[in-house]
Amino acid sequence: MSSPTPDAPLAADGRLRRRYRQERVFRAFALAAIGFALSALAGLLVSISYQSLSVITQSSVELDVVLDPDALDPLGDGSAASLAAANYAKPVRSALRALFPEVRKRRERKALVRLLSDGAEYDLRALMEASPELIGSTQTFVFPLSDDVDLFLKGSIDSEVDEADRKISDRQIGWVETLDAQGRISQPWNWRFLFAGDSREPELAGLQGAIRGSMLTLLITFLLSFPIGVCAAVYLEEFAPKNRFTDVVEVNINNLAAVPSIIFGLLGLAVFLNIFGMPRSAPLVGGVVLALMTLPTIIIAGRAALSAVPPSIREAALGVGASPTQAVFHHVLPQAVPGILTGTIIGMARSLGETAPLLMIGMVAFIADLPTGVDDPSTVLPVQIFLWNDAPERAFVARTSGAIVVLLGFLIAMNAAAVWVRRRFEMRS
Amino acid sequence: MIGILWLVLPLLAAAGFWAGRSRARALSGADADGHRIVLHSLPTHYAQYALAWSAIPPLLILVVSALFGSILVDGWVIAQLEASGLLRETLSSADVLRDVHTGLANTTGENSSPPHTFAQNVLDRARGVLNLGVTGFFFVGAGGGLWFARSRMTTALRARNHVERIVHVALFLCSVVAVLTTIGIVVSLFFEAARFFALVSPAEFFLGTQWSPQTALRADQVGSSGAFGAVPIFAGTLLITAIAMAISGPIGLMAAIHLAFYASASARAWMKPVLELIAGIPTVVWGSFAALTLGPQVRMIGEALGLEVASESALAAGLAMGVMIIPFVSSLSDDALNAVPRSLREASLAMGATESETIRKVMVPAALPGIVGAFLLAVSRAIGETMIVVMAAGLAANMTANPFAAVTTVTVQILTLLVGDQEFDSAKTLAAFALGLTLFFVTLCLNLVALVVVRRFREEYE
Repeated sequence: MSSPTPDAPLAADGRLRRRYRQERVFRAFALAAIGFALSALAGLLVSISYQSLSVITQSSVELDVVLDPDALDPLGDGSAASLAAANYAKPVRSALRALFPEVRKRRERKALVRLLSDGAEYDLRALMEASPELIGSTQTFVFPLSDDVDLFLKGSIDSEVDEADRKISDRQIGWVETLDAQGRISQPWNWRFLFAGDSREPELAGLQGAIRGSMLTLLITFLLSFPIGVCAAVYLEEFAPKNRFTDVVEVNINNLAAVPSIIFGLLGLAVFLNIFGMPRSAPLVGGVVLALMTLPTIIIAGRAALSAVPPSIREAALGVGASPTQAVFHHVLPQAVPGILTGTIIGMARSLGETAPLLMIGMVAFIADLPTGVDDPSTVLPVQIFLWNDAPERAFVARTSGAIVVLLGFLIAMNAAAVWVRRRFEMRS
Repeated sequence: MIGILWLVLPLLAAAGFWAGRSRARALSGADADGHRIVLHSLPTHYAQYALAWSAIPPLLILVVSALFGSILVDGWVIAQLEASGLLRETLSSADVLRDVHTGLANTTGENSSPPHTFAQNVLDRARGVLNLGVTGFFFVGAGGGLWFARSRMTTALRARNHVERIVHVALFLCSVVAVLTTIGIVVSLFFEAARFFALVSPAEFFLGTQWSPQTALRADQVGSSGAFGAVPIFAGTLLITAIAMAISGPIGLMAAIHLAFYASASARAWMKPVLELIAGIPTVVWGSFAALTLGPQVRMIGEALGLEVASESALAAGLAMGVMIIPFVSSLSDDALNAVPRSLREASLAMGATESETIRKVMVPAALPGIVGAFLLAVSRAIGETMIVVMAAGLAANMTANPFAAVTTVTVQILTLLVGDQEFDSAKTLAAFALGLTLFFVTLCLNLVALVVVRRFREEYE
């Protein structure tokens, strides 16, 4: 589109340049938009992974504990009752004090003991109950340090800050550095974070209760929503007559899929807790509420999968004499299984991350015990994240991020399973 | 106790199946004269028939007891308490029952009075009777059903037709569950909201500008006047939604344009699922990100600019929510853009328009109903979003358009009014249901309008 006389540019040339510039700008905006969205996602994942790093290990100290029979075996017979009545704090504290004989003042001795986590005495108790024959000897054990010492050792507390503005005093820092110089401080894996229940102490808080609660809740959700959802999809797609009622059901399912989740929480609270008197904070009720919420997803995915089955299969089955029910259950439904399973797994993944409705039915309470059944009070992973996010102790920031990493890990596993199911069945057919 | 019965149920079903099949096999074969007897259906159908009869009655009993068992027990305990004459004026039967349920009755002091001990005993006894009754009916139902099925099983029984009818009814009932859920939502919200509006007039609720739901326990308490004007809450919701849409609207649409027109096929193949990951991340994670990471950043930037920033600003929550709903806008807009026939785009390009002119003047207008629908769905999503605002926005009901101020939203208020409260007779807790009803209807209308816009105004090119 060159101009006829090169030395006298037409007005169109300038216009064209402007239009091309607009094109480039527009294109850059489009790319920037998607770049923004993707970098926001990356920012979220990176900041959470980074914050969760410090939860991988737990600062601990090695102490030579004199297992004093007077404190640990007050009844003197080594029985379970005697061990239950024992004072486990004393030997641990004495072991730490023995390393700093110069600390004499009452207040300083208390500050010294505060370096240790409360978990130290629980650990000693577990050790003694496992092997009571050790009582009377001197043994070397590794005990967790408190959350503030842990933060300091991992560099999250700056010793340059004014002493009044940090949770760990100069004196305590000195002791920690002495212990470190003696080679007593180590950073073992923080198994407690995955295998212990919740606690008010950050260094003792673990996710096991929340993981079990999530599993129990998800089990109830699956047991209810999968069969009901598949049956509803089969009915609506294969058997339902075309009439007013079917239309109502269809519109209703589409709307239900877009109802805010907190409304389902209100339903659970008003109907299941207040009218039917079901237990509060229980995975049972949580599972029922989430099942109602997941149902539309499964029905919609199920119907899509069923309608994608070629009609020839149905017709062939009917043609050789199968009843309509047999045709559907023996021939159409098996073909639709991968689609239904994929939809179900995605629905389950979404309900695993759901928080608001579970808060409404009381799964927000602090529960340290591990749930053992579907009617035990418990919490779930996303609620645990919510609770730790609100906790005032600074060490809970890392725990919150760690819990998010665990939750995202479960979600990635479920979505990978969905992809795997789809691939596997695609290959077979 | 009753939990075990749920585990027994599959065993009963298996037993019914086995019994039905062996009966069918016994029926077939040859009669006394040596004629071959042909059954109407396959032995499996007889087995399924027996299975249905032996498993459905006990299943119904378990469901009924799960739903109504505790109502019966509680009613009985209250009746016994009222009749016992142990109650005092300050101690209602409902109080005692609550203490017993929460396990407070076994602790010493205030909560271990004679009525508590009495109620605990009655409750234990009533539960025992209920468990015994349910177990009895469970096995009687299973046995009776199986006996009935066996007695009906003759060569004349059309087992397959019976089984198929049962299957059809079961399928139908499953599809009704979704309708029942909607009815349950509407009825429970209406019922509780009606109780609220009996205490507080709708005019005050929808037009009042004072929100202070704590009812004063003492007359001199400050800031707890029990005012229920919800306008500041609606304003806060709108502010956060507006911020979220200001981010997700343009970015979502431009991202959809990039995916639909500019991205190569291979880039599109990885970008689209990664973009949708954003919507797959639980909102509690976005909330935590907004509260712990974005909030302090927003505050720092705002203060560097010399602005006064609340520690829980609307902007931080709106930002996180905006990013969270980008995929809702982008994937629906992308679908709408892709649904426009290629010929329109090619005609425009052939006339000499650049790609961006084609997009702006031809493709986007043609896809507009779908894009508007996507925006409306995103708005409905933003209004109903809970965790991000609970964690990152505040509780203060301010009426302001300043994005750096703290505002509160409908969902935050519903949650804070109800969480941790066990009594549902005060205006405070009932207000949550009025807010819930409002939220339900607003999102319902947005969804319906979005649906209508997409259907009615879609340009037909075929």
